[in-house]
Amino acid sequence: MTTINVHRRWTGKKVSLTISGWILALVFALPYIHMLITALKPLDEVLTIPTTYTPSTWAWDNFTGVWKEIPLATFIKSSLVISLVATIIVIVIAIPAAYYSARNNFRGRSLFLLLALTTQMFSPTSLVVGIFREIVKFNLVDTYLSLILIYSAFNLAFSIWILSSFFKSIPLEIEEAAAIDGCGRLKTLVRVVLPLALPGIVTAFIFTFIAAWNEFVIALTLTSSPEREPLTVGLTSLIGQYQVQWNFLFAGSLIAIVPVVILFISIEKWLVGGLTAGSVK
Amino acid sequence: MKIRLGAFPWIFPALAMIAVFVVWPAFEMIRTSFQDIDPTGLAKGWAGLDNYRTLFENPDLKPVLIRTLFWVTGIVFFTIIISLPVAQLLNANFPGRKMVRWVVIIPWAASVVMTSTIFKWILDPYSGVLNRLFVDLGLIAEPRDWLGNPTEAMIWLMVVAVFVSIPFTAFVLLAGLSTVPSDIMEAAKVDGATALKGYREITFPLLRPALLVAAVINLINVFNSFPIIWIMTQGGPGYMTDTTTTLAYKISFRDQNIGASASMASINFLIIFIFILLFLRVSKWREVTR
Repeated sequence: MTTINVHRRWTGKKVSLTISGWILALVFALPYIHMLITALKPLDEVLTIPTTYTPSTWAWDNFTGVWKEIPLATFIKSSLVISLVATIIVIVIAIPAAYYSARNNFRGRSLFLLLALTTQMFSPTSLVVGIFREIVKFNLVDTYLSLILIYSAFNLAFSIWILSSFFKSIPLEIEEAAAIDGCGRLKTLVRVVLPLALPGIVTAFIFTFIAAWNEFVIALTLTSSPEREPLTVGLTSLIGQYQVQWNFLFAGSLIAIVPVVILFISIEKWLVGGLTAGSVK
Repeated sequence: MKIRLGAFPWIFPALAMIAVFVVWPAFEMIRTSFQDIDPTGLAKGWAGLDNYRTLFENPDLKPVLIRTLFWVTGIVFFTIIISLPVAQLLNANFPGRKMVRWVVIIPWAASVVMTSTIFKWILDPYSGVLNRLFVDLGLIAEPRDWLGNPTEAMIWLMVVAVFVSIPFTAFVLLAGLSTVPSDIMEAAKVDGATALKGYREITFPLLRPALLVAAVINLINVFNSFPIIWIMTQGGPGYMTDTTTTLAYKISFRDQNIGASASMASINFLIIFIFILLFLRVSKWREVTR
């Protein structure tokens, strides 16, 4: 009984915590709220000096007009193709590697995990000069394939780590039971282990997808034609133009951001463990 | 008896991907830094240390190095200092905590490119909302070109970098806080410890591993940070807001001096390598793999 009372009571401490919490949220939301406000201004109001705090008329139709004003659909198509294919490659390659290193203490296991971790720490940014020269050599400049391959390679580590920790948490007895029932190793993996590790697979999938979706430096370097530029590069290329249509630029940005934020929140629980290679959680 | 292939078929695809698209570019980059490369990218033979000499003779290098040091230490310091109370707050129990956590995640999930773009627009000298607000509040007499002046631009770039670094850091610390047993804190309270004393003597020491890990990962991320500077100032005016990361990019893809750029990038590579060794140390990697 008393515990319920404690929860319900509004002490001074709780009031101040609540207020601080909501102020914190406001501070973090503010830039994105301003993004939305700008996206909802008519074009002639965007460039007024000084600017207005809120639109005089809320131009909700900017969110339909944006598809005609800027090549948003093309950017989204490129981003989707690149991110999805890279993610599928990562999952398909990471599952066997993670499963084997979770279940076997083979020679070179530490070295393999160390190599994976190192690639996670080296963002492609630090290697962009070498990546560009290699892609030129392969004759893959300005192709989806070049971005797909680079994103797959650099995001493998996170997935191997997170999947490996999920596989480890599955009791060995379940697999042994399946083996007694006549399942081979591969069959056990597909029929028994993978369904149980589904949350891990979903986490790895979403994380890789978002990392590829948000990447900038490599896409900026390796793409040159607008049809192949993903969102990050395509949208920002609009800034360099003579008259920037900020309202459409931000309407497009929000369309790119919102789904990703929702996906990200859905895997929040597992992120820290994956990104710190399990050293915190 | 079957032939034992062992680990090979299971981990080979992953190894091959990493070897071809991570290790090879690293090798290629270091090799390029010792080659004589013409602006079209053709190698004309070995250059010994000429590229490094060209790089070190660049008068912009020294200020960029000093700035990079400030950039990295400043951002990591302020990120940690602000993330500590933020994590504490996100760990406290109040109505709407879940929503607040979700909102704090936004800058982490959203593309840094787009966050930088909105800040560039907020700071716009003509139609930026910050100028409007500061003029209305009487903080400045007339609109300013915040990103046109290297000192002010640098401060704003760092503000944005701290802003996007806080969510990850706060969540790592939050994970660390969940390892602090609440009954220890209760016991300390019974013993008459003040909140501050309890934090300093119980919470903080238990938080230390998470804090170190967060600091080193931030060190690497901030050192590698590219989009914020590229979107907001392109390292300008001149080279006055460049870090070693954006400088390497600029020398290569704008000035077409691929050899000198590769030598800058190789030095960056070495620095990150040292940071990674630091990470392995603070995260006690060997125990983790068991």
